[in-house]
Amino acid sequence: MKLKFVVLMAVASLFLMGSAHAEKIRIATEGAYPPFNMKNTKGELIGFDVDIARALCDQMKADCEIVAQDWDGIIPGLLAKKYDAIIASMSITAERQKKVAFTDRYYSNYLRFIAKKDSGLDVSKSGLKGKRLGAQRATISAQHLEDNYRKSANVKVYDTQEAAFLDLKAGRLDAVLVDAYPGYDWLKKPENSGYDHVGDTIDINDKIGIAVRKGDKGLVEKLNKALKAIRDNGTYQRINANYFPFSIY
Amino acid sequence: MDWSLISQYGDRFWDGTLITLKLVLLSSVIGLIIALPMALARSSHYRRYRIPAYSYIYFFRGTPLLIQLFILYYGLGQFEFITNSFMWSVLGDAEWCGLIGLTLNTAAYTAEIIRGGIRAIPRGEIEAARAYGMSWWQLQHRIVLPRALRIAWPAYGNEVILLLKGSALVSTIAVWDLMGESRSIFSRTYALEIFLYAAVIYFLLTFILTRLFNQIEKRINRYLVCY
Repeated sequence: MKLKFVVLMAVASLFLMGSAHAEKIRIATEGAYPPFNMKNTKGELIGFDVDIARALCDQMKADCEIVAQDWDGIIPGLLAKKYDAIIASMSITAERQKKVAFTDRYYSNYLRFIAKKDSGLDVSKSGLKGKRLGAQRATISAQHLEDNYRKSANVKVYDTQEAAFLDLKAGRLDAVLVDAYPGYDWLKKPENSGYDHVGDTIDINDKIGIAVRKGDKGLVEKLNKALKAIRDNGTYQRINANYFPFSIY
Repeated sequence: MDWSLISQYGDRFWDGTLITLKLVLLSSVIGLIIALPMALARSSHYRRYRIPAYSYIYFFRGTPLLIQLFILYYGLGQFEFITNSFMWSVLGDAEWCGLIGLTLNTAAYTAEIIRGGIRAIPRGEIEAARAYGMSWWQLQHRIVLPRALRIAWPAYGNEVILLLKGSALVSTIAVWDLMGESRSIFSRTYALEIFLYAAVIYFLLTFILTRLFNQIEKRINRYLVCY
């Protein structure tokens, strides 16, 4: 434990110079998780998470900077003070709570399998025996597959969600397990019309929150207050409606 | 240090280590087999042998292994004439793609290493072989290749160690090698020690490989050493 602390401090001190502007809140997102966070053709970050981040900053009257960060390193980067908050559709899990603090949820997530339309896939545990199942690494979907199907099926994990979908289309996978809303967004695209959900939504009580460093209690409170405010004044609902015709809260 | 991580994820580290070892051993052996004729072609006086070998080596040494793996795995999967063909039973599998990518890559480097060995053979030995009336084939398999391999052996050992570390890249094409397992375990524990454990395993594998290569070197080059 001690060694880990020393290493973390050493890494953190490398970035301390960058965090001199105390008033500024730097927010990290991934930029590869449509429609929640992605880059447009100009390379600017857009999406539901980014809109929520902007709305929260307006509400808090804070000066915000939104940066892109690869998913694998997004929590280590927060701990190293490269930024102050993560708004990147991150699930609140017990394992993550050991490392970071979370705000209240800003939406709820479900998991769903996607497969070829005529696949007739049975998504029960016995039906998926020996099947090739994919998900994005370091996501709840990947953990769900690893925990439940690692022994009985052929589980594969990918660095990006897009790569998992590519392999589904290439025929290397029988099904992809994915968060319900990005899956919905992917299925909406005309080029993916040959694919559909299989089975019911899997409710794993997955709540999406904003991650901040454990020491930053003040920021958690400020973000929670701002979240409640944008829920109350209708800003949240407006942003929601831009992406989904149903509430995802 | 949280030692419970090892008991909890030990079997996954073990599985990953086995896959890494399998990929490295197979690709280094097959790579060497491809590299031998390629090194001869590369050192040939005839352009029609030299240029194809040179182009191959140039391509695989000139582009990153990561891009080669991406093209092989994600790129080829985009073409229906490939996904519908018999090749897909091999290219459709991540481990096969990893093995092919590593093999093609190391074959290029190894061919260049062996070519260096061929060039370092004292001319007198080749002239002597010719004076005995050896045919081209006799000359190659009796004199040139055995001598070149012995000369190039230490450099080849180095290439296999680089290959071991390069093999970590196959985790990006959904192979559960040591790196792939480590990254997935890290992504759920956020314990930085995970990578330390992985590094120790890579170190041990390198250590074993180095010893193995030293032993073989002692044996094949013992005629050069006075004990």
